[in-house]
Amino acid sequence: MRGIQQLLQQHALFQDLPEADLTLIGGCGENCVYNAGEYIARENAPADFFYVIREGRVAVETYMPNHGALCLQTLHDGDIFGWSWLFPPYRWTFDARALEKVRAVRLDGKCLRQKCEEDPRLGFELMKRFARIVTERLQATRLQLLDVYSSERPRTAETRQ
Amino acid sequence: MTPAIYRIDSRVEEFPGTCTVRISPESAGGARRCSAGQFNMLYAFGAGEVPISMSGLQGDGSYVHTIRIQGLVTRALHRLNEGDSLGVRGPFGCGWPMDKVAGRQLLVVAGGLGMAPLRPIVQALMAGSARPASVQLFYGARRPQEMLYAAEVEQWSRALKVVTTVDHADTGWPGQIGVITKPLGAASVDIENALVFLCGPEVMMRFCIQVLLAKGVATEAIYLSMERNMKCAIGHCGHCQWGPNFVCKDGPVFCYRDIRPWFDIRAL
Ligand SMILES: Cc1cc2nc3c(=O)[nH]c(=O)nc-3n(C[C@H](O)[C@H](O)[C@H](O)COP(=O)(O)OP(=O)(O)OC[C@H]3O[C@@H](n4cnc5c(N)ncnc54)[C@H](O)[C@@H]3O)c2cc1C
Repeated sequence: MRGIQQLLQQHALFQDLPEADLTLIGGCGENCVYNAGEYIARENAPADFFYVIREGRVAVETYMPNHGALCLQTLHDGDIFGWSWLFPPYRWTFDARALEKVRAVRLDGKCLRQKCEEDPRLGFELMKRFARIVTERLQATRLQLLDVYSSERPRTAETRQ
Repeated sequence: MTPAIYRIDSRVEEFPGTCTVRISPESAGGARRCSAGQFNMLYAFGAGEVPISMSGLQGDGSYVHTIRIQGLVTRALHRLNEGDSLGVRGPFGCGWPMDKVAGRQLLVVAGGLGMAPLRPIVQALMAGSARPASVQLFYGARRPQEMLYAAEVEQWSRALKVVTTVDHADTGWPGQIGVITKPLGAASVDIENALVFLCGPEVMMRFCIQVLLAKGVATEAIYLSMERNMKCAIGHCGHCQWGPNFVCKDGPVFCYRDIRPWFDIRAL
């Protein structure tokens, strides 16, 4: 348990959290390993966990009929995967698949969400920290949509027709 | 102001619409010396003249350029084959400040075609010059098929820390999928000692600068290449005037500290 707490302490997401919070969160965590090809999350399945990726590559994917899996982004060492545990209906919105051997800390979001309900201070603290990750991902997605490396100018509503 | 006649010695199609050419002068004497970050004005007869960066330093009297089809002139240049001739004026402009590299933690950040003017830097580093304390190359592109110098990048990654990221790919691609700001944001940077060379589409550079500043990198440690349209390339016509600067002679490589007020003005 102490090991997990120490691991979390070194991560930016948990930086400067009070010792008691870290102990509590660490208590909801366990080390896990996924082999290449294994799914960490499946779209629409209950999102009861989130992950701190310690090592390895994870593909965040969606499934397109007649096409197959489409990778939206890859996550790497130090990345956090999963915020669906924090928002209703608590289901994954995408698939996550290990592209190679992945070592991660799996945190029990279901348990934490209960603790957050009981302790709004902790809830707000975690909400702020996750909101930051969500914002960063949103900004990255917008940049990806801009298609900045294209030789064509970005399309506007008028030029898109 | 008069272009010299050059001939295409070799031509490689990097991916459809983008090629790299090695050119040398028809007259004796070889090409003039150039430095990384400078550019030539390439003249496609009957079409016109455009600025194109040095994308390799040969040191054998030839120039290397990577050309992407954008419009009329670049299309005409791209159409040229080995043995064809073109006009060349140059080299022009201020290049990358290689004299600042020794002992620094160098971050080379390239987006899309922005890899072209940065390639001579990496080639020089690979050849052991400039002696930085460490080097990290971040290279973002649209798709794996649209990465420049793919075989070379692979070679570089054996000697340097190279992070490649593409906007779209299938999972067979071994690099990252996403945008360049993410690995840049995750990089460990020694803010006291970092030096950044950045080139890519302006919007990409803007976001990268935001990430770098948020990490605490000083504005004077960031250099970027501004690829604004120009005509004369020698500071006469004013076509490329940007604030008090002429991109052609004061740039194209600028220190971010010096151009920050102009970089953030939308209409400029
Ligand atoms: C210092 C410098 C170095 C450059 N290095 C390279 C290089 O190594 N390789 C390369 O392929 N290109 C490079 N460019 C860009 C290249 O010069 C332009 O693509 C070219 O001038 C376009 O001319 P064109 O006649 O083909 O297109 P045009 O018919 O003039 O333009 C077609 C469209 O592209 C837009 N456009 C033209 N130039 C630019 C530009 N610079 N940035 C954004 N949009 C533009 C126009 O507004 C227009 O919408 C560089 C530009 C500069 C200023």
